[in-house]
Amino acid sequence: MSDAATTRATRSRWLLLAPALAVLVFAASGPLLIVLIYSFLTPGDYGGVVWSLSPDAWFSVVMEQDFFTEEIGFADAHLSIFWRSIKLSLMTALLTFVFGFPTAYFIATRPREKRDIWMLLIIIPFWTNLLIRTFAIMELIRAEGTVNSALLALGIIDEPIQMLFTEFAILLGMAYVYLPLMVLPIYASLERFDFTLVEAGYDLYASRWRVLRKVIFPLAKPGVIAGSILVFVPSLGAYVTPRVLGGGKQLMLGNLIELQFGAGRNWPLGAALSLTLLAIVMVALILYVRAAGNEEVRHG
Amino acid sequence: MAKGFDIRRQTGFATVAMACFVILYLPIVLLVIYSFNAGTSVAIWEGFSWRWYQTAWQNEQVQAATVRSLVIATWATLIATCCAVPAALATTRQGTFRGYTFVFAMINQPLMVPEIVTAVALLIFFAMIKVATGYTGLFYLIIAHSAFCIPFAYMPIRARLQGMDLSLEQAAMDLYGTPWRVFRRVTLPQLWPGILAGAMLAFVISLDDVVITEFVKSAGQDTLPTYMLGQLRRVVTPEVNAISTALLAISVVLVIAFFFLSRKKK
Repeated sequence: MSDAATTRATRSRWLLLAPALAVLVFAASGPLLIVLIYSFLTPGDYGGVVWSLSPDAWFSVVMEQDFFTEEIGFADAHLSIFWRSIKLSLMTALLTFVFGFPTAYFIATRPREKRDIWMLLIIIPFWTNLLIRTFAIMELIRAEGTVNSALLALGIIDEPIQMLFTEFAILLGMAYVYLPLMVLPIYASLERFDFTLVEAGYDLYASRWRVLRKVIFPLAKPGVIAGSILVFVPSLGAYVTPRVLGGGKQLMLGNLIELQFGAGRNWPLGAALSLTLLAIVMVALILYVRAAGNEEVRHG
Repeated sequence: MAKGFDIRRQTGFATVAMACFVILYLPIVLLVIYSFNAGTSVAIWEGFSWRWYQTAWQNEQVQAATVRSLVIATWATLIATCCAVPAALATTRQGTFRGYTFVFAMINQPLMVPEIVTAVALLIFFAMIKVATGYTGLFYLIIAHSAFCIPFAYMPIRARLQGMDLSLEQAAMDLYGTPWRVFRRVTLPQLWPGILAGAMLAFVISLDDVVITEFVKSAGQDTLPTYMLGQLRRVVTPEVNAISTALLAISVVLVIAFFFLSRKKK
Protein backbone atom coordinates (compact mmCIF):
# COMPACT_ATOMS: atom_id res chain seq x y z
CA MET A 1 0.00 0.00 0.00
CA SER A 2 1.28 3.45 -0.86
CA ASP A 3 1.80 6.06 1.82
CA ALA A 4 -1.19 8.05 0.64
CA ALA A 5 -3.43 4.99 0.79
CA THR A 6 -2.20 4.16 4.28
CA THR A 7 -2.88 7.70 5.43
CA ARG A 8 -6.33 7.55 3.94
CA ALA A 9 -7.06 4.22 5.65
CA THR A 10 -5.86 5.61 8.97
CA ARG A 11 -7.95 8.73 8.59
CA SER A 12 -11.12 6.84 7.72
CA ARG A 13 -10.53 4.49 10.65
CA TRP A 14 -10.33 7.32 13.15
CA LEU A 15 -13.33 8.98 11.51
CA LEU A 16 -15.30 5.79 12.09
CA LEU A 17 -14.15 5.69 15.69
CA ALA A 18 -14.82 9.36 16.33
CA PRO A 19 -18.50 9.22 17.43
CA ALA A 20 -17.92 6.41 19.94
CA LEU A 21 -14.77 8.01 21.33
CA ALA A 22 -16.47 11.41 21.59
CA VAL A 23 -19.36 10.01 23.64
CA LEU A 24 -17.01 7.96 25.83
CA VAL A 25 -14.63 10.85 26.46
CA PHE A 26 -17.53 13.15 27.29
CA ALA A 27 -19.50 10.82 29.55
CA ALA A 28 -17.10 8.15 30.81
CA SER A 29 -13.31 8.73 30.70
CA GLY A 30 -13.05 12.51 30.64
CA PRO A 31 -14.98 13.10 33.86
CA LEU A 32 -12.58 10.70 35.65
CA LEU A 33 -9.85 13.32 35.21
CA ILE A 34 -12.08 15.90 36.87
CA VAL A 35 -12.50 13.51 39.80
CA LEU A 36 -8.73 13.48 40.15
CA ILE A 37 -8.64 17.27 40.26
CA TYR A 38 -11.53 17.43 42.73
CA SER A 39 -9.77 15.07 45.10
CA PHE A 40 -7.12 17.78 45.64
CA LEU A 41 -9.56 20.60 46.37
CA THR A 42 -11.23 21.90 49.54
CA PRO A 43 -14.83 20.95 50.30
CA GLY A 44 -17.44 23.70 50.12
CA ASP A 45 -19.79 24.28 53.03
CA TYR A 46 -22.91 23.09 51.20
CA GLY A 47 -21.40 20.44 48.94
CA GLY A 48 -19.34 21.21 45.87
CA VAL A 49 -15.81 22.53 46.23
CA VAL A 50 -13.77 25.62 46.91
CA TRP A 51 -11.02 26.07 44.33
CA SER A 52 -8.00 25.93 46.63
CA LEU A 53 -5.55 23.06 46.61
CA SER A 54 -5.47 20.77 49.61
CA PRO A 55 -4.20 17.25 50.26
CA ASP A 56 -6.73 16.84 53.10
CA ALA A 57 -9.09 14.58 51.18
CA TRP A 58 -6.39 12.03 50.46
CA PHE A 59 -5.19 12.31 54.02
CA SER A 60 -8.63 11.51 55.40
CA VAL A 61 -9.07 8.42 53.24
CA VAL A 62 -7.23 6.37 55.85
CA MET A 63 -6.05 8.87 58.50
CA GLU A 64 -7.76 11.30 60.83
CA GLN A 65 -6.78 14.00 63.26
CA ASP A 66 -8.43 14.01 66.65
CA PHE A 67 -10.49 17.18 67.00
CA PHE A 68 -9.41 17.89 70.58
CA THR A 69 -5.96 16.42 71.04
CA GLU A 70 -4.85 16.98 67.40
CA GLU A 71 -3.35 13.53 67.50
CA ILE A 72 -3.02 11.84 64.12
CA GLY A 73 -4.24 8.26 63.85
CA PHE A 74 -5.86 5.83 61.47
CA ALA A 75 -9.46 6.58 60.54
CA ASP A 76 -10.99 3.47 62.05
CA ALA A 77 -14.42 4.11 60.58
CA HIS A 78 -13.05 4.22 57.05
CA LEU A 79 -10.65 1.33 57.55
CA SER A 80 -13.42 -0.90 58.86
CA ILE A 81 -15.50 -0.09 55.76
CA PHE A 82 -12.54 -0.87 53.48
CA TRP A 83 -12.03 -4.11 55.36
CA ARG A 84 -15.71 -5.04 55.16
CA SER A 85 -15.78 -4.34 51.41
CA ILE A 86 -12.71 -6.46 50.71
CA LYS A 87 -13.78 -9.24 53.08
CA LEU A 88 -17.32 -9.48 51.72
CA SER A 89 -16.10 -9.33 48.11
CA LEU A 90 -13.63 -12.17 48.68
CA MET A 91 -16.31 -14.21 50.46
CA THR A 92 -18.72 -13.52 47.60
CA ALA A 93 -16.14 -14.79 45.10
CA LEU A 94 -15.58 -17.91 47.23
CA LEU A 95 -19.30 -18.57 47.71
CA THR A 96 -20.09 -18.15 44.02
CA PHE A 97 -17.19 -20.50 43.22
CA VAL A 98 -18.48 -23.21 45.58
CA PHE A 99 -21.88 -23.10 43.87
CA GLY A 100 -20.78 -21.99 40.42
CA PHE A 101 -18.09 -24.55 39.66
CA PRO A 102 -20.29 -27.66 40.04
CA THR A 103 -23.04 -25.88 38.11
CA ALA A 104 -20.72 -24.98 35.23
CA TYR A 105 -19.35 -28.54 35.24
CA PHE A 106 -22.87 -29.97 35.25
CA ILE A 107 -23.85 -27.86 32.23
CA ALA A 108 -20.61 -28.67 30.38
CA THR A 109 -21.29 -32.40 30.74
CA ARG A 110 -24.85 -32.24 29.33
CA PRO A 111 -25.46 -33.37 25.73
CA ARG A 112 -24.26 -30.65 23.38
CA GLU A 113 -27.65 -29.60 22.06
CA LYS A 114 -29.05 -29.12 25.58
CA ARG A 115 -26.19 -27.02 26.95
CA ASP A 116 -27.43 -23.81 25.37
CA ILE A 117 -30.77 -24.09 27.11
CA TRP A 118 -29.11 -24.68 30.50
CA MET A 119 -26.86 -21.69 29.87
CA LEU A 120 -29.88 -19.58 28.94
CA LEU A 121 -31.24 -20.37 32.41
CA ILE A 122 -28.03 -18.90 33.88
CA ILE A 123 -28.00 -15.90 31.54
CA ILE A 124 -31.61 -14.77 32.05
CA PRO A 125 -31.17 -13.78 35.72
CA PHE A 126 -27.91 -12.07 34.78
CA TRP A 127 -29.67 -9.75 32.33
CA THR A 128 -32.55 -8.95 34.63
CA ASN A 129 -32.50 -5.87 36.79
CA LEU A 130 -30.00 -6.05 39.64
CA LEU A 131 -32.22 -3.93 41.86
CA ILE A 132 -35.15 -6.28 41.31
CA ARG A 133 -33.04 -9.32 42.17
CA THR A 134 -31.78 -7.59 45.30
CA PHE A 135 -35.36 -6.69 46.16
CA ALA A 136 -36.35 -10.34 45.68
CA ILE A 137 -33.72 -11.37 48.25
CA MET A 138 -34.94 -8.64 50.58
CA GLU A 139 -38.49 -10.00 50.49
CA LEU A 140 -37.15 -13.47 51.15
CA ILE A 141 -35.18 -12.68 54.29
CA ARG A 142 -37.02 -9.78 55.95
CA ALA A 143 -38.51 -10.31 59.40
CA GLU A 144 -42.00 -10.95 57.99
CA GLY A 145 -40.53 -12.49 54.82
CA THR A 146 -40.86 -15.92 53.30
CA VAL A 147 -38.01 -17.63 55.12
CA ASN A 148 -38.99 -16.41 58.57
CA SER A 149 -42.68 -17.12 57.95
CA ALA A 150 -41.87 -20.66 56.86
CA LEU A 151 -39.58 -21.30 59.84
CA LEU A 152 -42.18 -19.91 62.24
CA ALA A 153 -44.94 -21.99 60.69
CA LEU A 154 -42.82 -25.11 61.01
CA GLY A 155 -42.13 -24.29 64.64
CA ILE A 156 -38.35 -24.29 64.16
CA ILE A 157 -38.03 -20.78 65.58
CA ASP A 158 -40.22 -18.83 68.01
CA GLU A 159 -39.48 -15.35 66.73
CA PRO A 160 -38.16 -14.09 63.40
CA ILE A 161 -34.40 -14.16 62.87
CA GLN A 162 -32.92 -10.76 62.02
CA MET A 163 -31.26 -11.40 58.67
CA LEU A 164 -31.93 -8.15 56.83
CA PHE A 165 -29.48 -5.29 57.48
CA THR A 166 -26.63 -7.63 58.41
CA GLU A 167 -23.35 -8.48 56.68
CA PHE A 168 -24.84 -11.90 56.01
CA ALA A 169 -27.66 -10.28 54.01
CA ILE A 170 -25.17 -8.33 51.87
CA LEU A 171 -23.06 -11.45 51.28
CA LEU A 172 -26.12 -13.48 50.34
CA GLY A 173 -27.40 -10.74 48.04
CA MET A 174 -24.08 -10.22 46.25
CA ALA A 175 -23.50 -13.95 45.81
CA TYR A 176 -27.01 -14.22 44.41
CA VAL A 177 -26.74 -11.38 41.92
CA TYR A 178 -23.18 -12.18 40.76
CA LEU A 179 -23.40 -15.99 40.58
CA PRO A 180 -23.90 -16.00 36.77
CA LEU A 181 -20.61 -14.08 36.38
CA MET A 182 -18.80 -17.05 37.97
CA VAL A 183 -20.62 -19.74 35.99
CA LEU A 184 -20.12 -18.15 32.54
CA PRO A 185 -16.29 -18.16 32.32
CA ILE A 186 -15.91 -21.53 34.08
CA TYR A 187 -18.36 -23.02 31.63
CA ALA A 188 -16.42 -21.46 28.75
CA SER A 189 -13.22 -23.16 29.91
CA LEU A 190 -14.91 -26.53 30.53
CA GLU A 191 -17.02 -26.52 27.38
CA ARG A 192 -14.27 -27.84 25.12
CA PHE A 193 -12.80 -30.04 27.81
CA ASP A 194 -11.36 -33.29 26.48
CA PHE A 195 -12.82 -36.04 28.66
CA THR A 196 -10.38 -38.67 27.42
CA LEU A 197 -7.98 -37.03 29.89
CA VAL A 198 -10.38 -37.94 32.68
CA GLU A 199 -10.61 -41.47 31.33
CA ALA A 200 -6.84 -41.71 31.34
CA GLY A 201 -6.86 -40.61 34.97
CA TYR A 202 -9.31 -43.35 35.95
CA ASP A 203 -7.34 -45.91 33.97
CA LEU A 204 -4.41 -45.04 36.20
CA TYR A 205 -6.57 -45.83 39.26
CA ALA A 206 -7.16 -42.25 40.33
CA SER A 207 -10.16 -41.62 42.58
CA ARG A 208 -12.94 -39.25 41.49
CA TRP A 209 -11.67 -36.60 43.88
CA ARG A 210 -8.13 -36.97 42.58
CA VAL A 211 -9.25 -36.69 38.97
CA LEU A 212 -11.24 -33.60 39.86
CA ARG A 213 -8.31 -32.02 41.64
CA LYS A 214 -5.45 -33.04 39.36
CA VAL A 215 -7.05 -33.17 35.92
CA ILE A 216 -10.27 -31.17 35.70
CA PHE A 217 -9.51 -28.32 38.05
CA PRO A 218 -6.13 -27.29 36.57
CA LEU A 219 -7.70 -27.07 33.10
CA ALA A 220 -10.65 -25.06 34.42
CA LYS A 221 -8.36 -22.70 36.29
CA PRO A 222 -8.33 -19.84 33.74
CA GLY A 223 -12.11 -19.79 33.90
CA VAL A 224 -12.06 -19.85 37.70
CA ILE A 225 -9.62 -16.93 37.82
CA ALA A 226 -11.68 -14.94 35.31
CA GLY A 227 -14.87 -15.70 37.22
CA SER A 228 -13.33 -14.64 40.52
CA ILE A 229 -12.29 -11.29 39.04
CA LEU A 230 -15.67 -10.78 37.38
CA VAL A 231 -17.34 -11.33 40.76
CA PHE A 232 -14.79 -9.56 42.95
CA VAL A 233 -14.66 -6.28 41.00
CA PRO A 234 -18.37 -5.39 40.98
CA SER A 235 -18.74 -6.66 44.57
CA LEU A 236 -16.05 -4.26 45.73
CA GLY A 237 -17.82 -1.30 44.15
CA ALA A 238 -21.32 -2.54 44.97
CA TYR A 239 -23.76 0.21 45.90
CA VAL A 240 -27.32 -1.01 45.40
CA THR A 241 -27.04 -4.37 47.17
CA PRO A 242 -25.42 -3.07 50.39
CA ARG A 243 -27.78 -0.09 50.39
CA VAL A 244 -30.91 -2.22 50.16
CA LEU A 245 -29.79 -5.25 52.19
CA GLY A 246 -27.40 -3.46 54.57
CA GLY A 247 -29.98 -0.75 55.21
CA GLY A 248 -27.43 2.01 55.85
CA LYS A 249 -26.10 0.14 58.87
CA GLN A 250 -23.50 -2.01 57.14
CA LEU A 251 -21.77 0.43 54.79
CA MET A 252 -19.54 -0.69 51.97
CA LEU A 253 -17.17 1.47 49.94
CA GLY A 254 -19.85 2.44 47.42
CA ASN A 255 -22.12 3.70 50.20
CA LEU A 256 -19.29 5.56 51.91
CA ILE A 257 -18.57 7.36 48.65
CA GLU A 258 -22.25 8.21 48.15
CA LEU A 259 -22.40 9.55 51.70
CA GLN A 260 -19.73 12.16 50.87
CA PHE A 261 -21.89 13.56 48.08
CA GLY A 262 -25.04 13.48 50.20
CA ALA A 263 -25.17 14.12 53.91
CA GLY A 264 -21.36 14.17 54.29
CA ARG A 265 -20.97 17.17 51.97
CA ASN A 266 -17.32 16.38 51.39
CA TRP A 267 -16.94 16.06 47.62
CA PRO A 268 -13.11 15.98 47.62
CA LEU A 269 -13.12 13.07 50.09
CA GLY A 270 -15.73 11.32 47.92
CA ALA A 271 -13.50 11.87 44.90
CA ALA A 272 -10.42 10.54 46.72
CA LEU A 273 -12.36 7.48 47.95
CA SER A 274 -13.63 6.81 44.40
CA LEU A 275 -10.10 6.89 43.05
CA THR A 276 -8.93 4.60 45.85
CA LEU A 277 -11.62 2.12 44.85
CA LEU A 278 -10.60 2.48 41.21
CA ALA A 279 -6.96 1.83 42.17
CA ILE A 280 -7.84 -1.37 44.04
CA VAL A 281 -9.88 -2.56 41.05
CA MET A 282 -7.00 -1.79 38.66
CA VAL A 283 -4.56 -3.74 40.85
CA ALA A 284 -6.97 -6.70 40.82
CA LEU A 285 -7.29 -6.48 37.02
CA ILE A 286 -3.51 -6.30 36.53
CA LEU A 287 -3.01 -9.31 38.81
CA TYR A 288 -5.63 -11.10 36.74
CA VAL A 289 -3.96 -10.30 33.41
CA ARG A 290 -0.65 -11.55 34.84
CA ALA A 291 -2.22 -14.74 36.20
CA ALA A 292 -4.03 -15.38 32.92
CA GLY A 293 -0.78 -14.77 31.03
CA ASN A 294 1.09 -17.27 33.22
CA GLU A 295 -1.59 -19.88 32.64
CA GLU A 296 -1.23 -19.45 28.91
CA VAL A 297 2.53 -19.84 29.08
CA ARG A 298 2.20 -22.98 31.19
CA HIS A 299 -0.40 -24.68 29.05
CA GLY A 300 0.85 -23.32 25.75
CA MET B 1 -23.22 -50.82 38.14
CA ALA B 2 -26.08 -51.20 35.75
CA LYS B 3 -25.43 -47.98 33.91
CA GLY B 4 -21.68 -48.46 33.76
CA PHE B 5 -19.06 -46.10 35.04
CA ASP B 6 -19.76 -42.58 33.82
CA ILE B 7 -16.41 -40.85 33.72
CA ARG B 8 -18.02 -37.44 33.53
CA ARG B 9 -19.97 -37.80 36.74
CA GLN B 10 -18.76 -36.06 39.87
CA THR B 11 -20.55 -36.96 43.10
CA GLY B 12 -22.87 -34.22 44.28
CA PHE B 13 -22.27 -31.85 41.37
CA ALA B 14 -25.69 -32.40 39.82
CA THR B 15 -27.30 -31.79 43.22
CA VAL B 16 -25.41 -28.51 43.69
CA ALA B 17 -26.30 -27.46 40.14
CA MET B 18 -29.99 -28.15 40.73
CA ALA B 19 -29.80 -26.23 44.03
CA CYS B 20 -28.23 -23.35 42.09
CA PHE B 21 -31.05 -23.19 39.57
CA VAL B 22 -33.62 -23.31 42.37
CA ILE B 23 -31.81 -20.55 44.28
CA LEU B 24 -31.53 -18.42 41.13
CA TYR B 25 -35.22 -18.59 40.32
CA LEU B 26 -37.03 -19.06 43.63
CA PRO B 27 -36.73 -15.44 44.86
CA ILE B 28 -37.81 -14.08 41.46
CA VAL B 29 -40.74 -16.50 41.22
CA LEU B 30 -41.91 -15.53 44.72
CA LEU B 31 -41.62 -11.86 43.79
CA VAL B 32 -43.78 -12.41 40.71
CA ILE B 33 -46.34 -14.48 42.63
CA TYR B 34 -46.82 -11.82 45.31
CA SER B 35 -47.35 -9.13 42.68
CA PHE B 36 -50.75 -10.82 42.22
CA ASN B 37 -51.53 -10.79 45.94
CA ALA B 38 -54.93 -9.43 46.91
CA GLY B 39 -53.62 -8.33 50.32
CA THR B 40 -51.13 -5.60 51.13
CA SER B 41 -48.41 -8.00 52.30
CA VAL B 42 -45.51 -9.24 50.22
CA ALA B 43 -45.26 -12.45 52.28
CA ILE B 44 -48.80 -13.55 53.22
CA TRP B 45 -50.93 -14.79 50.35
CA GLU B 46 -54.50 -13.53 50.41
CA GLY B 47 -55.77 -14.57 47.02
CA PHE B 48 -55.28 -13.59 43.41
CA SER B 49 -55.93 -10.07 42.13
CA TRP B 50 -54.74 -7.56 39.55
CA ARG B 51 -55.17 -4.70 41.99
CA TRP B 52 -51.47 -3.82 42.33
CA TYR B 53 -51.04 -3.66 38.59
CA GLN B 54 -53.98 -1.28 38.47
CA THR B 55 -52.52 0.76 41.34
CA ALA B 56 -49.16 0.99 39.58
CA TRP B 57 -50.80 1.78 36.24
CA GLN B 58 -52.77 4.67 37.77
CA ASN B 59 -49.86 6.00 39.83
CA GLU B 60 -48.78 9.20 38.11
CA GLN B 61 -45.22 8.98 39.38
CA VAL B 62 -44.93 5.48 37.96
CA GLN B 63 -46.38 6.63 34.65
CA ALA B 64 -43.91 9.50 34.40
CA ALA B 65 -40.99 7.30 35.42
CA THR B 66 -41.98 4.65 32.86
CA VAL B 67 -42.15 7.17 30.04
CA ARG B 68 -38.83 8.67 31.15
CA SER B 69 -37.17 5.24 31.33
CA LEU B 70 -38.37 4.37 27.83
CA VAL B 71 -37.35 7.73 26.36
CA ILE B 72 -33.87 7.50 27.85
CA ALA B 73 -33.42 3.84 26.87
CA THR B 74 -34.58 4.50 23.30
CA TRP B 75 -32.26 7.47 22.80
CA ALA B 76 -29.34 5.75 24.50
CA THR B 77 -29.85 2.64 22.37
CA LEU B 78 -29.95 4.70 19.18
CA ILE B 79 -26.85 6.73 20.04
CA ALA B 80 -24.88 3.76 21.39
CA THR B 81 -25.69 1.60 18.35
CA CYS B 82 -24.88 4.40 15.88
CA CYS B 83 -21.51 4.80 17.64
CA ALA B 84 -20.86 1.08 17.93
CA VAL B 85 -21.39 0.12 14.28
CA PRO B 86 -18.64 2.34 12.82
CA ALA B 87 -16.41 1.57 15.82
CA ALA B 88 -16.80 -2.15 15.20
CA LEU B 89 -16.05 -1.67 11.49
CA ALA B 90 -12.90 0.28 12.35
CA THR B 91 -11.60 -2.29 14.83
CA THR B 92 -12.26 -5.60 13.07
CA ARG B 93 -11.34 -5.42 9.42
CA GLN B 94 -7.71 -4.48 9.10
CA GLY B 95 -6.02 -6.22 12.00
CA THR B 96 -4.41 -4.24 14.79
CA PHE B 97 -3.19 -0.70 14.31
CA ARG B 98 -1.44 2.02 16.27
CA GLY B 99 -3.66 3.02 19.16
CA TYR B 100 -5.65 -0.24 19.05
CA THR B 101 -5.11 -0.97 22.75
CA PHE B 102 -6.14 2.57 23.60
CA VAL B 103 -9.35 2.29 21.59
CA PHE B 104 -10.14 -1.11 23.05
CA ALA B 105 -9.58 0.17 26.59
CA MET B 106 -11.74 3.22 25.89
CA ILE B 107 -14.66 1.22 24.53
CA ASN B 108 -14.54 -1.32 27.36
CA GLN B 109 -13.89 1.25 30.06
CA PRO B 110 -17.50 1.28 31.27
CA LEU B 111 -17.16 -2.47 31.94
CA MET B 112 -13.95 -2.14 33.96
CA VAL B 113 -14.40 1.02 35.99
CA PRO B 114 -16.78 0.46 38.93
CA GLU B 115 -20.16 2.02 38.22
CA ILE B 116 -20.09 4.11 41.39
CA VAL B 117 -16.83 5.77 40.26
CA THR B 118 -18.28 6.72 36.87
CA ALA B 119 -21.44 7.89 38.64
CA VAL B 120 -19.46 10.19 40.93
CA ALA B 121 -17.40 11.49 38.00
CA LEU B 122 -20.54 12.30 36.02
CA LEU B 123 -22.20 13.90 39.04
CA ILE B 124 -19.26 16.30 39.40
CA PHE B 125 -18.84 16.98 35.68
CA PHE B 126 -22.53 17.50 34.95
CA ALA B 127 -22.95 19.65 38.06
CA MET B 128 -20.34 21.98 36.54
CA ILE B 129 -22.16 22.08 33.21
CA LYS B 130 -25.52 22.58 34.91
CA VAL B 131 -24.17 25.57 36.78
CA ALA B 132 -22.53 26.99 33.66
CA THR B 133 -25.44 26.53 31.25
CA GLY B 134 -28.50 26.36 33.49
CA TYR B 135 -29.79 23.41 31.43
CA THR B 136 -31.05 20.53 33.59
CA GLY B 137 -32.96 18.40 31.07
CA LEU B 138 -32.82 14.74 30.15
CA PHE B 139 -29.74 15.15 27.93
CA TYR B 140 -27.36 14.32 30.80
CA LEU B 141 -29.06 11.02 31.50
CA ILE B 142 -29.27 10.16 27.81
CA ILE B 143 -25.59 10.82 27.10
CA ALA B 144 -24.50 9.01 30.31
CA HIS B 145 -26.60 5.99 29.35
CA SER B 146 -25.29 6.11 25.78
CA ALA B 147 -21.70 5.91 27.03
CA PHE B 148 -22.12 2.82 29.19
CA CYS B 149 -24.32 1.15 26.55
CA ILE B 150 -21.61 1.42 23.87
CA PRO B 151 -19.62 -1.69 24.91
CA PHE B 152 -22.81 -3.76 25.09
CA ALA B 153 -23.89 -2.67 21.62
CA TYR B 154 -20.33 -3.05 20.31
CA MET B 155 -19.67 -6.65 21.38
CA PRO B 156 -22.35 -8.49 19.34
CA ILE B 157 -21.71 -6.29 16.29
CA ARG B 158 -18.00 -7.00 16.44
CA ALA B 159 -18.62 -10.72 16.92
CA ARG B 160 -20.87 -10.71 13.85
CA LEU B 161 -18.28 -8.83 11.77
CA GLN B 162 -15.52 -11.22 12.75
CA GLY B 163 -17.57 -14.18 11.59
CA MET B 164 -18.40 -12.55 8.24
CA ASP B 165 -16.97 -13.53 4.89
CA LEU B 166 -14.94 -10.74 3.30
CA SER B 167 -15.13 -12.12 -0.24
CA LEU B 168 -18.58 -10.67 -1.00
CA GLU B 169 -17.40 -7.18 -0.13
CA GLN B 170 -14.25 -7.66 -2.16
CA ALA B 171 -16.35 -8.75 -5.12
CA ALA B 172 -18.52 -5.64 -4.74
CA MET B 173 -15.46 -3.43 -4.63
CA ASP B 174 -14.01 -5.15 -7.69
CA LEU B 175 -17.22 -4.16 -9.42
CA TYR B 176 -16.42 -0.52 -8.64
CA GLY B 177 -18.90 -0.15 -5.79
CA THR B 178 -18.21 2.98 -3.78
CA PRO B 179 -17.35 2.28 -0.12
CA TRP B 180 -20.73 3.62 1.02
CA ARG B 181 -22.62 1.56 -1.56
CA VAL B 182 -20.68 -1.57 -0.64
CA PHE B 183 -21.46 -0.96 3.01
CA ARG B 184 -25.18 -0.35 2.42
CA ARG B 185 -25.77 -3.10 -0.11
CA VAL B 186 -23.40 -5.84 1.06
CA THR B 187 -22.09 -5.32 4.60
CA LEU B 188 -25.17 -3.91 6.30
CA PRO B 189 -27.63 -6.64 5.23
CA GLN B 190 -25.30 -9.27 6.68
CA LEU B 191 -24.66 -7.21 9.79
CA TRP B 192 -28.30 -6.65 10.80
CA PRO B 193 -28.63 -9.53 13.28
CA GLY B 194 -25.55 -8.28 15.11
CA ILE B 195 -26.83 -4.70 15.18
CA LEU B 196 -30.23 -5.80 16.41
CA ALA B 197 -28.67 -7.97 19.11
CA GLY B 198 -26.40 -5.12 20.21
CA ALA B 199 -29.29 -2.67 20.30
CA MET B 200 -31.36 -5.04 22.43
CA LEU B 201 -28.56 -5.49 24.95
CA ALA B 202 -28.06 -1.73 25.10
CA PHE B 203 -31.78 -1.21 25.68
CA VAL B 204 -31.91 -3.74 28.53
CA ILE B 205 -28.78 -2.28 30.13
CA SER B 206 -30.14 1.26 29.96
CA LEU B 207 -33.56 0.26 31.25
CA ASP B 208 -32.02 -1.53 34.26
CA ASP B 209 -29.47 1.06 35.31
CA VAL B 210 -29.73 2.31 38.88
CA VAL B 211 -26.42 3.69 40.10
CA ILE B 212 -25.44 6.14 37.36
CA THR B 213 -29.03 7.35 36.96
CA GLU B 214 -29.36 7.89 40.71
CA PHE B 215 -26.30 10.18 40.70
CA VAL B 216 -26.88 11.99 37.42
CA LYS B 217 -30.62 12.70 37.60
CA SER B 218 -31.86 16.14 38.56
CA ALA B 219 -34.81 16.54 40.89
CA GLY B 220 -37.96 14.98 39.47
CA GLN B 221 -36.12 12.87 36.90
CA ASP B 222 -36.73 9.44 38.41
CA THR B 223 -36.61 6.46 36.10
CA LEU B 224 -38.45 3.27 37.06
CA PRO B 225 -35.45 1.69 38.84
CA THR B 226 -34.56 4.83 40.83
CA TYR B 227 -38.25 5.31 41.70
CA MET B 228 -38.28 1.73 43.03
CA LEU B 229 -35.06 2.30 44.96
CA GLY B 230 -36.73 5.27 46.65
CA GLN B 231 -39.82 3.19 47.45
CA LEU B 232 -37.78 0.45 49.14
CA ARG B 233 -37.13 2.81 52.06
CA ARG B 234 -40.82 2.84 52.92
CA VAL B 235 -43.26 0.06 53.70
CA VAL B 236 -43.17 -2.08 50.62
CA THR B 237 -46.52 -3.03 49.09
CA PRO B 238 -46.95 -5.49 46.21
CA GLU B 239 -47.08 -2.45 43.93
CA VAL B 240 -43.27 -2.62 43.75
CA ASN B 241 -43.62 -6.31 42.90
CA ALA B 242 -45.99 -5.43 40.08
CA ILE B 243 -43.58 -2.84 38.62
CA SER B 244 -40.70 -5.30 39.01
CA THR B 245 -42.64 -8.03 37.23
CA ALA B 246 -43.38 -5.73 34.31
CA LEU B 247 -39.70 -4.74 34.02
CA LEU B 248 -38.63 -8.38 34.35
CA ALA B 249 -40.99 -9.36 31.55
CA ILE B 250 -39.42 -6.81 29.18
CA SER B 251 -35.87 -7.94 30.02
CA VAL B 252 -36.65 -11.64 29.75
CA VAL B 253 -38.37 -11.27 26.37
CA LEU B 254 -35.46 -9.21 24.99
CA VAL B 255 -32.81 -11.56 26.38
CA ILE B 256 -34.49 -14.67 24.97
CA ALA B 257 -34.88 -12.90 21.62
CA PHE B 258 -31.19 -11.93 21.78
CA PHE B 259 -30.26 -15.52 22.60
CA PHE B 260 -31.98 -16.98 19.56
CA LEU B 261 -30.82 -14.15 17.33
CA SER B 262 -27.18 -14.70 18.19
CA ARG B 263 -27.50 -18.49 18.13
CA LYS B 264 -28.80 -18.63 14.57
CA LYS B 265 -25.58 -17.34 13.12
CA LYS B 266 -23.56 -20.39 14.22
